[in-house]
Amino acid sequence: MVPLIKTGFVQKQMMKTVLKLEGISKKFGMVNALSAIDLAVAAGEIHALLGENGAGKSTLMKILSGIYRPDLGRIVIDGAERSFDGYNDAIAAGIAIIFQEFNLIPYLNAVENIFLGREITNAAGLLSKTTMKRKVQEIFDKLDIEIDLEIEVGQLTSAQQQFVEIGKALQLDAHILILDEPTATLTPNEAEHLFNIMRDLRRRGVAMIFISHHLEEIFQVCDRITVLRDGVNVGVAETASITQEQLVEMMVGRKLENNFPAKPEPVAPHTRQIALEVEAIQITRHSPRNSFILHTGEILGFAGLVGSGRTELALSVIGANPSYLKRVKVNGVPARLRDTGDALALGIGLLPESRKTEGLILDFSVKDNMSINNLRKYSGSGHWINRKHELQASNEIIRKVGMKTPDALTRVANLSGGNQQKVVIARWLNHHCKILIFDEPTRGIDVGAKAEIYQLMRELTAGGYAIIMISSELPEIVGMCDRVAIFRQGAIVKILEQPLINANEVMHHATTSPESV
Amino acid sequence: MQPQVQNLYRPKGRGGQFRIAVARWLPGPVLFPSIGLAVVCLAMVAASDTFLSVDNLVNVGRQVSINAIIAAGMTCVILSGGIDLSVGSVMALSGTLVAGLMAAGVPPPLAIVLGLAAGLLCGVANGFFVAYSNMPPIIVTLATMGIARGLALIYTGGYPIDGLPDWFEFFGRGHVLGLQTPIAVMLLVFAMVYVLLDRTAIGRYIYAIGGNEQATRLSGIRVSRYKLLVYAISGFTASIAGLVLTSRLMSGQPNAGVSFELDAIAAVVMGGTAITGGRGSIIGTLIGALMLGVLNNGLNMMGVSPYLQNVVKGVIILLAIYISRERSRIA
Repeated sequence: MVPLIKTGFVQKQMMKTVLKLEGISKKFGMVNALSAIDLAVAAGEIHALLGENGAGKSTLMKILSGIYRPDLGRIVIDGAERSFDGYNDAIAAGIAIIFQEFNLIPYLNAVENIFLGREITNAAGLLSKTTMKRKVQEIFDKLDIEIDLEIEVGQLTSAQQQFVEIGKALQLDAHILILDEPTATLTPNEAEHLFNIMRDLRRRGVAMIFISHHLEEIFQVCDRITVLRDGVNVGVAETASITQEQLVEMMVGRKLENNFPAKPEPVAPHTRQIALEVEAIQITRHSPRNSFILHTGEILGFAGLVGSGRTELALSVIGANPSYLKRVKVNGVPARLRDTGDALALGIGLLPESRKTEGLILDFSVKDNMSINNLRKYSGSGHWINRKHELQASNEIIRKVGMKTPDALTRVANLSGGNQQKVVIARWLNHHCKILIFDEPTRGIDVGAKAEIYQLMRELTAGGYAIIMISSELPEIVGMCDRVAIFRQGAIVKILEQPLINANEVMHHATTSPESV
Repeated sequence: MQPQVQNLYRPKGRGGQFRIAVARWLPGPVLFPSIGLAVVCLAMVAASDTFLSVDNLVNVGRQVSINAIIAAGMTCVILSGGIDLSVGSVMALSGTLVAGLMAAGVPPPLAIVLGLAAGLLCGVANGFFVAYSNMPPIIVTLATMGIARGLALIYTGGYPIDGLPDWFEFFGRGHVLGLQTPIAVMLLVFAMVYVLLDRTAIGRYIYAIGGNEQATRLSGIRVSRYKLLVYAISGFTASIAGLVLTSRLMSGQPNAGVSFELDAIAAVVMGGTAITGGRGSIIGTLIGALMLGVLNNGLNMMGVSPYLQNVVKGVIILLAIYISRERSRIA
């Protein structure tokens, strides 16, 4: 990989800068979101934009796409200063953004999506469907992408949908492409395909800004890296001349020695206490039947590729989704988990995969979000809420989990991702719940907050909690888990115990079909 | 080490706690409706000499009461993210049932209880289909809207039921503690809904479901139960309104309450409650209902033609909601 990057670097030196930001500043109220940001991207360069959540990446992207206007500073494209009044101006200047959430109409096919609002018509004013289809086919052929142009894009995989977005950008003749965390929803194979396409576009002279939290990916494809911290540009570096540790240090402004807290000594098998025993679970009549055991004081990892059925299994276990067959024992007692209310009563809590759409009630305050399933605690017997007691308890938990919020009454939407995640975790800590399922607990949150959440999880298991952690991040699985259940196509194919937990072993079972082993 | 949490709402300096408390009350859903009500009232005072007379204000209160009582239940439904189109029909069904049973010689207290129970039952039916069969509320309540109206017409044969005992006019024309009964009933209903929404766990769940149903479910709250409850409340308040109306008219009218659901929804939304749920307040609904009532009353007194009144009312509703939208977009 390294030599390739070096050639990219040499080539780039000869190429011209197509996008230049000079002294871009933006204030929201009293907060400096961006202060005097400079950024230059050359044709045929993949430029990484890196920074913790809240560092200013999204604001900068919104300025580039014409959604915000900068208070100060210049945007220079192809040598000419531009100012954008909206996304359409940005498109006209040759900029296209592929947002984290796709802007595709799920019921239209790829061609209809790509030409949406720019349909080609014939002399009679009717759609020239064949022309449009041919043009799209040409774009995809060039990139070596195979997509069924007839089916609705809602039925495509998220990787394919991303390719449709890229196709849309190219159809618009964009020569500056901004990719906002494009790999967040992709499997490793799909991400690799995307990288190949990005390299291909680089060869064609497209300038790209790539936003990602995964340092490995940045080293894999990017030529240069700009790091933002608290709205300030902390530096630009050639990928070839910097290490991951140095980058992380630039991002957080301090050296992170070790992301993961130490694992406790493995307990002898016969002394382990079983917290949750899933004797059998089958989601539909045709899906595989699984079973697993969760011990008190351990973190059991659910590893596997995206889409391998980990979340679905967890949701079925707690009764949030229906199941065809389920036999579960909680603390040794057979339990019926018909709905999440049953799970709560039996002391099982779930931290959902998507913080904003499944975890938080964004209109609620921090306190209201945390106490939503503890309200009975603040009432004598019936339904009355003792607000004073509620506020006191909330403040205590805020301190306990180290949440940074102005106060308990702040709207949760105003918190950073890491602190929002702590709100969802906190919901379960003021409870009798001792069995917690963490679904992608560190997705989309920054390095510093990640370390704090890992620490918190360890403190919980030391205090007698049992935790299941669903994670697609291999280092996290390897670094945090005492045992790992590996999923493949809906089935638990292997349960690894210490000291066999390592990245190769996990990846091997997750990607190799059992028959070929 | 973490980027500082931005909180644009956080008041700076001394008196922060107090201002947080004020901020939680005023700029929330209640400030703008209050201003709206004040503006409408001032306009009426300027346009009419008699608007401010005690008689007229009491009159406004009584006219508002029926819509407000329905809107109180509607507030719960809308806060939970739903909608109830059946209230006008349920009101007619309950009202005619009370009248019909009394006219048929059923002991009046029992007739009243049965009438209210019928409304409650309609609400439970709505809630059951919405909460447990996952059907969209707008469709379910559209269906029950037709069914309840049809039942009222079948039961009465399409004719008003008269000949009610004299004392029954207490609910529509009588007085309690110096207040007109409809106003007293309205205040009681609002007090109860206020306590429910603001002081109990159930109220918090209703807001939470409207704010993010899936998050609430995954927190271990039995969402379906509370969704059923809000429709039951709405059916019940509609039947209370039916009782008051029947008493005021001293007649069970099968065609009463046509399009009352729209007035109730307008009152809720003009009171600052988000039509998508999760945000709003019952006090806002009271203000919204008063705003509509003052408008009706004022336009009548000014002698504006009823046809034009509809247009004026529609424009003002649009304007009120537009302003509250713009405000929430800025915030």
